[in-house]
Amino acid sequence: MNYIIDAYQFCASYFPTLTMAVALLLFPLLPVIIAVAMYVWWERKVIGWMHIRLGPSKIGPFGLAQTFADVFKLLLKEIIYPAKANKGLFLLAPLWALVPALAAWAVVPIGSHVAWSDANAGLLFLLAMTSMGVYGIIIAGWASNSRYAMLGAMRSAAQVVSYEIAMGFSLVSVLILAGSLNLSDIVNAQAGSKGLFDWFWLPLLPMFIIYFVSGVAETNRLPFDMAEGESEIVAGFHVEYSGAPFAVFFLTEYANMILVSFMVPLLFLGGWLSPFPVSWGWLGAPGWWWLFAKMFFFATAYLWLRATFPRYRYDQIMRLGWKVFIPITLAWVFVAGCMKYFGWVVAGA
Amino acid sequence: MTFPLISFYLFAAITTFAALAVVSVRSPVHAALCLVLTFFSAACTWLLADAEFLAIALVLVYVGAVMVLFLFVVMMLDVDIDPLREGFIKALPVGLAVAIVMLVEMLALIGVRSLQVPQIADPALAAGMSNTQWLALALFNQFLLPFEVAALILTVAIVAAIPLTLRRRSGVRMQNPAQQVRVQARERIRVVKMAAERPAPQPETTTP
Repeated sequence: MNYIIDAYQFCASYFPTLTMAVALLLFPLLPVIIAVAMYVWWERKVIGWMHIRLGPSKIGPFGLAQTFADVFKLLLKEIIYPAKANKGLFLLAPLWALVPALAAWAVVPIGSHVAWSDANAGLLFLLAMTSMGVYGIIIAGWASNSRYAMLGAMRSAAQVVSYEIAMGFSLVSVLILAGSLNLSDIVNAQAGSKGLFDWFWLPLLPMFIIYFVSGVAETNRLPFDMAEGESEIVAGFHVEYSGAPFAVFFLTEYANMILVSFMVPLLFLGGWLSPFPVSWGWLGAPGWWWLFAKMFFFATAYLWLRATFPRYRYDQIMRLGWKVFIPITLAWVFVAGCMKYFGWVVAGA
Repeated sequence: MTFPLISFYLFAAITTFAALAVVSVRSPVHAALCLVLTFFSAACTWLLADAEFLAIALVLVYVGAVMVLFLFVVMMLDVDIDPLREGFIKALPVGLAVAIVMLVEMLALIGVRSLQVPQIADPALAAGMSNTQWLALALFNQFLLPFEVAALILTVAIVAAIPLTLRRRSGVRMQNPAQQVRVQARERIRVVKMAAERPAPQPETTTP
């Protein structure tokens, strides 16, 4: 242990900026990657139980090592390039999907102002990073030189751009009530004497639902997984991918799902604040465990949706996004403005 | 040379090379991707100048939305690029002339400004608030009318774009979602009560 600390201090004294950069990159990455591995195991277990079967149970205790076995299998497999594929872009696409998905974690706080970057424009940064992820999918579809992949990429691009509008508007109403783009300030604005009923889910109930549903649509998960659509276009944008690049797409999708599961509690459910009154002792104290418990609920809700609903038809997805969500969010931005103007909801009271 | 200065030169160099690549690469898809890189590195230089709201808004709007649609169109169209490139040399003098005039104008502007105005302190820093907050206050108090006019113009542009591309086709069968939702299960399926097995075949009676 001492050697590691000595080595770190040596690096920090001679190359301070570089060491900071590497440390800032590595520390969020490892927990995210391990969380993704656990989440994949949990998904298979939960869906197994919902189907009345066991799920992974052979490798490691409770099948816990199954994901790691799968990862090593994928990493050791051959990468197959389709004929006449654009090789450079074919390999760039998974990275272009992964890097923004990991970069977005820089501004996610787990306590009041406890984040890798406590940026003032944190929420905007997050939105910018998640909107960049779609490039990975589009480029993958185009560079594969395959009809199915192209169709998947087109579907995904249209879907992500459509649902981003509804998502953006639901964030606008949160910003109006919180009066800040900083994620820690947004959570602190939800604190209050009424506990649970001071959080933004109550004044912004339609936005809360729309945000989560749009989040599911943005991450291309069931029932919105038109980009993959196994029964229609084989596997969509990643139909030609095998081995390590496929594993990277997989990692990106699950990292984005966990990110959305973090964002919903942070924006609407008081983040690390406790649902109970402060007078209840340790139950009423705020802490990271509340945030993780809420995150775990939404992460499991993703799997619940997957096991419950059939896939949407494409025109239904577009109709829901443009004709239902966007009008509701537009109206509710106005309602949120009234709430703020007339003082019906006071931030941090 | 400080670290921010080195980063600035790096980002500026990437911006310039990416912008050059936009007009010089062969494939339209590569050109669009180079344009994405140009926007992104320009946003990075803005971040170095502490304009975090503008930088992230540039990434969000241009990289996250506009260029996605652009790429979408470029991928869908199977553009035959060779005839398009024939005019490249012919248009080069005009392009160079425009570029040089723009460069001179920009340099003149920077020169005049630096002579004219004493160095202004960062107004957001002076007011003791974040860049985003200061920008929002300025935009919605001082410049509300221009802001609203710009929004109106954009809305008119969107509305105008729709009739231009709207074509009414006859014989298109549309879904009526309200009707679909109103459908009851008993209108579509009929549950038939019947025995689960066929009656066992009667043993053949032999005629005596």
